[in-house]
This record gives sequence, C-alpha cells and structure tokens, in this order.
Amino acid sequence: MSAPERDWAAFVTDTDNGKAHMDLAVDGITCAACMYEIERGLQKLEGVENARVNLSSHRLSVDWDQEKTNPSPIVDLLQTLGYKAYPFDPAQVKSRGDAAGKEILRALAVSGFAAMNIMLLSISVWSGNASDIDNETRAFFHWISALIALPTVAYSGRIFFRSAYMAIKTKRLNMDVPITIGVLLATGLSLWQTIQEAKHAYFDSAVMLLFFLLVGRYFDHLMRRKTRAFAENLATLKAESAAKIQEDGTTLDVPLSKLTVGDRVLVRAGERISVDGRIAAGTSEVDQSLVTGETLLQSVAEGDLVYAGTMNADGVLEIEVTAAAKGTLLDEVNRLLETAMEGRSRYVHIADRASQLYAPVVHAAALLTLVGWIMLGMEWQPALVIAISVLIITCPCALGLAIPAVQVVASGLFFNERVLLNAGDAIERLASVDTIVFDKTGTLTLPEASLSKDHGLSLEQLDLAGRLALSSSHPLSQAIARATGAQHVLPEAKEAAGKGVEATVDGMQIKLGSPAFCGVSDKQLAQAKDQQPDASFVAFRLGEAEAHLLPVGQFMREGAAETVQKLKDAGFSIEILSGDHAGAVKHAADILGVDCWKAGLKPQDKINRIEELKAQGKKVLMVGDGLNDAPSLAAANVSISPVSAVHVSQAAADAVFLGDSLAPVMSALTISQKARRVMNQNLALSVIYNLIAVPFAVLGFVTPLVAALAMSGSSIIVTLNAVRLRMIAGTATQPDQEA
Amino acid sequence: MEVLIYLIPVALVLGGAGLVAFLWSLRSGQYDDMEGPKWRILDDGDLQENSKPVEAAKRKVS
Repeated sequence: MSAPERDWAAFVTDTDNGKAHMDLAVDGITCAACMYEIERGLQKLEGVENARVNLSSHRLSVDWDQEKTNPSPIVDLLQTLGYKAYPFDPAQVKSRGDAAGKEILRALAVSGFAAMNIMLLSISVWSGNASDIDNETRAFFHWISALIALPTVAYSGRIFFRSAYMAIKTKRLNMDVPITIGVLLATGLSLWQTIQEAKHAYFDSAVMLLFFLLVGRYFDHLMRRKTRAFAENLATLKAESAAKIQEDGTTLDVPLSKLTVGDRVLVRAGERISVDGRIAAGTSEVDQSLVTGETLLQSVAEGDLVYAGTMNADGVLEIEVTAAAKGTLLDEVNRLLETAMEGRSRYVHIADRASQLYAPVVHAAALLTLVGWIMLGMEWQPALVIAISVLIITCPCALGLAIPAVQVVASGLFFNERVLLNAGDAIERLASVDTIVFDKTGTLTLPEASLSKDHGLSLEQLDLAGRLALSSSHPLSQAIARATGAQHVLPEAKEAAGKGVEATVDGMQIKLGSPAFCGVSDKQLAQAKDQQPDASFVAFRLGEAEAHLLPVGQFMREGAAETVQKLKDAGFSIEILSGDHAGAVKHAADILGVDCWKAGLKPQDKINRIEELKAQGKKVLMVGDGLNDAPSLAAANVSISPVSAVHVSQAAADAVFLGDSLAPVMSALTISQKARRVMNQNLALSVIYNLIAVPFAVLGFVTPLVAALAMSGSSIIVTLNAVRLRMIAGTATQPDQEA
Repeated sequence: MEVLIYLIPVALVLGGAGLVAFLWSLRSGQYDDMEGPKWRILDDGDLQENSKPVEAAKRKVS
C-alpha cells in the first residue's frame, strides 16, 4: 500500500523572484543540532535555494526552483532524518509575517528614540531652571521637544487612539480611554505652555508614557504570538488532510479546506477519519472514543454517519462528505458550542475591570481639582494646568504594565511545564478555579488503547503475539504490537477479516483475534470482564492449548491517581463526567478515589451539570478531549485539553497540555495561582503609587521632573515584581515535576 | 551657547541613525527568530575540512 499522491499545489506559494515557497511545521526539533541537520540536508538537495529553520516557532521555510525539484523529496528527506513535517495550508495561516507585532515594535522604537532625545533636552531645562537658563534658550528647547514629540505622539499613539475609539464607539470603557485622554491632554497642554513661553512643558512625560505602555503592549503580544504559533503547529501536524477520490478513480491527498460537500474520500483500515460524512461504500468497525467517550468499537455500514476524529478499525470506507445535518451529534455540538462561546466572551479581563473603576475616579479627581482651585480664587489657566498634571501623573502607566509583564513570565513557566496557552486571560481564570470536571476517555485515560500489564504470557509467547498482531490493522492488534515492540511480521500470516489473524510457526497453529475466533467460552469471557470492566479482550491461542485473554484498553494516564490525589489535597472538588458506559466510569472513579461521577452523558448533559455548578457559585475547570466535550470546554469558566484532543475541542480549550502525564494540570493551577497573586500585588502597587502621587498633584507640586521620576519608578517596580514570579514559582513547582 | 545650534542637530542625527538601523533590522526579519541565531555562530559545518580550528591544531601538533 503506497502513500497516495499529494496535492502539493494547495500548500505552495510563489515568492517575488519566481521561486516556489512552502512553510512547514516540524515536530521533533529539540535543539540547535536539529536545525543544522535539517538545513544542511535540505541545502544539498538539487534545486533547493534556501532552507531556514525558525528555532523559536519550530517552523521550516523552504524556497526551491520549480523547474528542478518538487516538494516530495523535501518531505521525504525530513522523514528519513526522523522529523515529522507537514506543510501549512496557506488558507489557514493568515499571514506569514507578524504584522501586528512589527507595528508595535516600530511604534516602540520611535517612541524610545523620541523619549531619549526629549529627555536630553528636558534635563537641561530642569537643571537650567535651578540655575540661570534664559527664557530664549528654554523656549528654543521646548520648541525642539515639541517638534520631536508631536509626530511621535501621532505615530506611536495610534495603537491606543484606535482602541479607545473602538471602545467608545461600542459604549465601553477600556484602559486605552484614560491613556488617550492623558497623552493628548499632556501634549496639548505642553504645546500651549510652549507658545506662552511658560516654565514647564510635559512633552517628556507624554512620550515616556507611550514608551512604557508600548512595552507592556508588546509583552502582551509576544505571549499571544507564541501560544498561537504553537497552536497552529499542532493543528498542522495533525495532518488535517483527506484522500479525495477523483473522477478517474485515483486518490489525491488534499487539505481539508479544499474539500466540499459531496466529495468522496477514502479511509483505509487503521486511519483516522478526518471528515464528517455518510458511508457510501464499505463496512467496518469504528472507534468513537474521541467523539462520544464510548470505548467499545461500533460497527458501521453503508448509509451510517461517521464523524471527524473517529478511528476506522479494519475495513476500507468510502465516505461522502456532508455538512452537519440537522439532528446529528455534530450539529448538536456546533449549536451548543456557539451558545457556550457567547457566554465566554462576557468575561471581563482583570485589567479592564481595574480601568473601569479607575477611569471615573481619576477623571473626577482632576475635575474636582480644577473646580477647587478656581473656587479658592485661582485664575482658570494655572488651575487647568494643575488639573491636567493630575491626569498626567495618574495615567495608568504602571497599570498598563502590571498584568502583561506577569502574563509573559507566567506563560514562560507554563511552557516549561509543557502547557501551551490558547488565551492570555486563561491565567486569571485558572487562578480562581475551585471545582475540576474531568472527562474520562482520552483525558484521565490514555488516548490510545494499550495492553494491560497483567496479561499472563511468557516473554516468548508475548513476542509471538506481537509479531502476529503486526499483520493486522485492527486498533486492538496494533495496541498489542506497540506494547510488545515487535518488529518482524510473521511470514504467511493470514487475516480473516473482522475475526483475527492466524499463522503456523514450527508446525503449530497460532491464532490472535476475537474471543470467538479462538474458541473462548462466553462464561470465561464474562468472568474476565468482571475483573477488568474497562478493557476489551483479544484472545491468543497457541496450538490446541486453552486460549489466553489479553486485556487491551484505554488505561489510566501516567500519574493520574497521584495528580487527582494532589488536587484533592489542595482543596479542589473533583467530578468525572463521561459519555462512556457506567461500568467503565465507575471502575476509573474507584481507582482515582473520586466519589462524584456520571456516565453515559450527552454533550447537553455535560453542559447542564457545568451550568448547575456555576449557578452554585463554583468556578469550574473542565478537562476534556472529545468532540462531545467541546461545548462543555467552552461553557466552563476555563478549560484544558490534552494534545491528543480533536481539533474542535483544542480550539475551544484555553490551554493544551503535552505528553502522556496528567501532572501538567496540577502545575498549571499552581503557577496560575502564584501569577494571580503577583498580578494583585502589581495592581496594589499601582494604587499605592497613585495614593501617594495624587495629593501632590492636586496641590500643584507636580513639575515635569516629578512626573518623569514617578512614572518610570512605578513602571520599573511592577516589572521587577513580575520577574520575581519566576523565582517563587520556579522553586515551588519543582516537587510536582515527574522525574 | 551658539554651539547648541550644531550640537542638538548632531545629537538628533545620531539618535535618528540608531532608529533607522533598528527599523531596517526589523524589516529584514532579524526579529523573527530570537532563538536560532545564537546557535548558528557555533555551527562550523560550512568550513572547509582543513580550515577547521581543531583540524588545524592537530596538524600543528604532528
């Protein structure tokens, strides 16, 4: 069986100088040596013009001459080098460059340049004010400052002005509204003072404010870009493509975005079905554990519906692609997902909540200052200057850095614990969790079936069973083959479709397959099932001896029991909500020591339970992987998926954890709680700063020098406090790590 | 104080040169990968076999 021809045209784009270009996500890059190996190997290929690995995002970009080569040898070479690579579908990756990030960096560079130069002039003016500067020189310095500051504010401030405008248009308040007001008033006031040849101008404050805020904005962006890049890599490496059957009967591997309703795709035995559709030809058994949580195989025939994410067991299927039809599981999932997502978007970020409190208070204080001084008999012009200085000093400089700086540090820590964040605010939401709801199949248990350790075979027998299992593409046989590490297929092994495989070794006939195929009595089978209700059984028979029953199933993840115990000790209440049958769920709950579990649930039932918990005031973390979990992942306050989850669920989850161990769930909660504490400290620091600074400003003591010192001081303090998180969390998560 | 007429433009031009250099490096994609380049300097795979420092040192000894 050879791999189907792949439709490369869908992945390739043309570069400006007439070469072909392709971006690939590469799995298995661990260090710089991998980077040299890949680049050097590819450069030796004829026709390859340029190959460059991005070690931060684990992506490879290749340019080649279309007349000399094509993508096949490139991907084949990566395969031989031992890397799994899959090209990005250009339709799914929005833009190759990071346009938003570059805009922020450019604005940051311009404001940094301006801040430095204006500060150069300002310090001269401040020291001159203390000694003997004459009015002409000061006015000259102010005018040059204005010349630098005005274009800078217009250019670097755009990001905030735009966001503030959008917020006001939709009648909301966000952090950018007070920022915009502060910056514009500071610049306007300074310009007016300059024209009047007054003593004080605040150009340095306005530009420095922009600089610090842009640093915060860039931190925020950096974290989101990193998490998004890895999420895209994961999605791409799942090879979301399908073997489309063309009119002439040949198959062509195409990305999912190129399929339309009515197309037919071919799914071979042991392959994962990548589309939703109706079976047009063929019969098979399907493993639906990723979709419904049900661990037993289900037989399907022509006319039945199958879902993306399910595993085809032993038959070849021809599937006609359908849109989600009314009343199917998929339709229900999509509908529930939409409603749940709407609820999610109502969450207000901690920073926005802070600014909703903050903006009215600050603006009221400024207004009261103005009115107060006028009532005390001051002219309106100096009173206005004092009122604006209140706004300048309270402009949320430290507040703008307080949360993003912590998020950047925390996401680095998450990364070390093999947790990738999908949403930046997930950290805040994770920190407030008190109830954890687990899905069973694929979440508490491993996503793939494996052979139980108490199988009762000797090593030689096990090896023989493994080699025999290699001849079959049935998922249960493949689990046995994997567990035994068998490499060599037994010669002359015959597969009886849907029953099992048999072969003759040294004159002895050996069989591996369904219990009935090997002559196991129903009574014996029932007895074995009582002992291990969560397993399926494959029978193995040597000659005429009595057959062995090999338990195969989705067993607990590594460290599942310890992690659940730790979570319970930490005071979380834990529930299991599963779509699987009651016996299997009860067995799992008993092993883990979880009292509260429910089995045989539909997607809607899971949501109902989560809504019920939320109505009781609980903050729910949902951990799940299946298609049936996707709506509840979105409905919960916050959610985590294992990396093996179906695409829809991964997209709905706030974070994804890598690897076979369940331990990252615990570390994610620990880190986020610590991060939340540091965020609160930072917010408190900002408030304290204002409590000290505002009275001075109201009394009119705030000169540009004081404003500059206070602003940079408070920004540096909150940033340093955020960096401190690395130290406190770094030591505390050590004991949780698996060696 | 007339010297300021020259000094301030000089300061601005120098600062501006730094800004332009940064914008150029950003445009030419030098900030796309913050991880790889620090390792690339250690890669001597592009050298001729006999010009590698270790090989040269070996020859000197023998």
